[in-house]
Amino acid sequence: MTRYVIIGGSVGAVGAVEAVREVDPVGDVIVISDEPNLTYSRPMIADHLSGETSLEKMMFPAKDFWDKQKVQMHLGKKAVKLDLLQKTVELENAEKISFDKLLIATGGKPFIPKMEGATKKGVYNFITMVDIQRIEEAINTNKVQKAVVIGGGLIGVSATESLTKRGLKVTIVELKNWILNLILDKEAAKIVETVMQKDGISILTGRTVQRILGRKDNDDTVGGVGLDNGTVIECDMVVVAVGVIPRTELAAQTDLKVNRGILVDKFMQTNVPNVYACGDVAEAYDFIHKTNRVLALWPVARIGGRVAGYNMAGQKCEYPGGTAMSALNYFGVPIISVGLTTLDEAEGYETLIFHDKETNIYRKIVLKEGIVVGMTFVGDVERAGIIFNLMKNKVNVEGFKHKLIADTFSLASLPETLRKQLLLGVMQ
Amino acid sequence: MKKICVHEELCMGCGLCEVYCTVWHSKSKDLIKAFKREHPKPISRIKLVQEKPVSFAVQCRHCNDPPCVFACLSGAMHIDEETGLVVHDDEKCIGCLTCIMVCPFGAITIDPYRHKVVAKCDLCQGLDVPACVANCPNEALTLEEV
Repeated sequence: MTRYVIIGGSVGAVGAVEAVREVDPVGDVIVISDEPNLTYSRPMIADHLSGETSLEKMMFPAKDFWDKQKVQMHLGKKAVKLDLLQKTVELENAEKISFDKLLIATGGKPFIPKMEGATKKGVYNFITMVDIQRIEEAINTNKVQKAVVIGGGLIGVSATESLTKRGLKVTIVELKNWILNLILDKEAAKIVETVMQKDGISILTGRTVQRILGRKDNDDTVGGVGLDNGTVIECDMVVVAVGVIPRTELAAQTDLKVNRGILVDKFMQTNVPNVYACGDVAEAYDFIHKTNRVLALWPVARIGGRVAGYNMAGQKCEYPGGTAMSALNYFGVPIISVGLTTLDEAEGYETLIFHDKETNIYRKIVLKEGIVVGMTFVGDVERAGIIFNLMKNKVNVEGFKHKLIADTFSLASLPETLRKQLLLGVMQ
Repeated sequence: MKKICVHEELCMGCGLCEVYCTVWHSKSKDLIKAFKREHPKPISRIKLVQEKPVSFAVQCRHCNDPPCVFACLSGAMHIDEETGLVVHDDEKCIGCLTCIMVCPFGAITIDPYRHKVVAKCDLCQGLDVPACVANCPNEALTLEEV
């Protein structure tokens, strides 16, 4: 009987467990997670803080999932060491768990830039439920009124939205010239920025926080931040949201090849046989960049976990690759953005744009040699998935590219052979 | 498993599929009440798409390897263990739009009348033949064993 051990209990593990169980109903499946609670959906923490989502609703997968899949759960236990020769995982309490197949799905951890004063009381991350509980407590007990969010990426904007809904006055400080700059171009970002500013949020771009200042009456507690240009912003809470980095510590004393993340092949296997990685900790294939990249994204982790699971259970399965893909619905502005979306001037790329400034509907397609390599849809997003699928399948759209950004675009706009293949389920 | 097949050469673009889909997904199941009196308004889960002269109706294809299920942030989109259908639990949905990003058919709708929730075809649970198929006047939609 095969022993499958998965380190990490989030969506990568869920994908892997489902796939393993499809192939091998009897093997031992063991999940080790350092989080004490049953797994929940991390992307939903902001909705929880804003009061829109209950803990119950956040449970992911369903509470009975692990039982139904006959998984032995080791919750609240941290894996601290791997012995890949002896094939064991050592836990913090020195307990050793042996494996035949191992999946490292430890995720990411917040990147904390070097800042003076970062250890003061009132500085928070925005990644886990524990972070949210701390913020919740601070809002309830300390009557926090003003917050500075460092970083205008996905996490920063989602933190800003939930803090604003809780009645805080929020200032975002972003290093680059516009928010969400990894996924949106300036035009699209501007649409979101305008809506946020109407909601009373201050957005400072091209600036960094150099130090976190204490309060006049208590220097250990946050009282403000000092920017690179000398400006001081008063606040009683700082949320650091400059990104996540792969939690690769376990790989450190092993033969596992690590670049930014743990490198995996098209079967999600590392350079060490029987050892796999997926999710935010892994550096797997990106089908747009055509190289391995770390992609800290929920859907990518689930698919990677699935592929790893099948292969661990002995059923060959190739990873189609992921790419940067984001669906956002902050401040009532629906946005879907995938792949290379900020390459307007780059040679060899063609950009098609539709922008209705009255309605704030924005559609952008980036092409390379007739193939869509990037898209951004703002305001009107329901048909974006059709284009995502064309990207995944590397369909040459040269003959109908202008239709992709039209108001009337739909499945009916695709050439006959293509739409028939799709509807018959030949291409997906 | 039975699935809805789309025959575009037979579609006249009348839109009755949308009308009857809306009615079946209303509380009253009554044509007039569904369109005039219900709040939140019920919406169609099938979409008539046209690029003249082409027209056909598309709804969730209930994929075998459903990308929406694998992408869903909350677990709202899932495969029903008994029926194998791709089903959506609107109580769990947070309207994050991730399913919409990955649906190859553009078959998922943002419900404009409710707060942060999407909707899609459930093959009309409770009916032998889905409302769109039963009410298509030209057999452009058929229910077939696949």
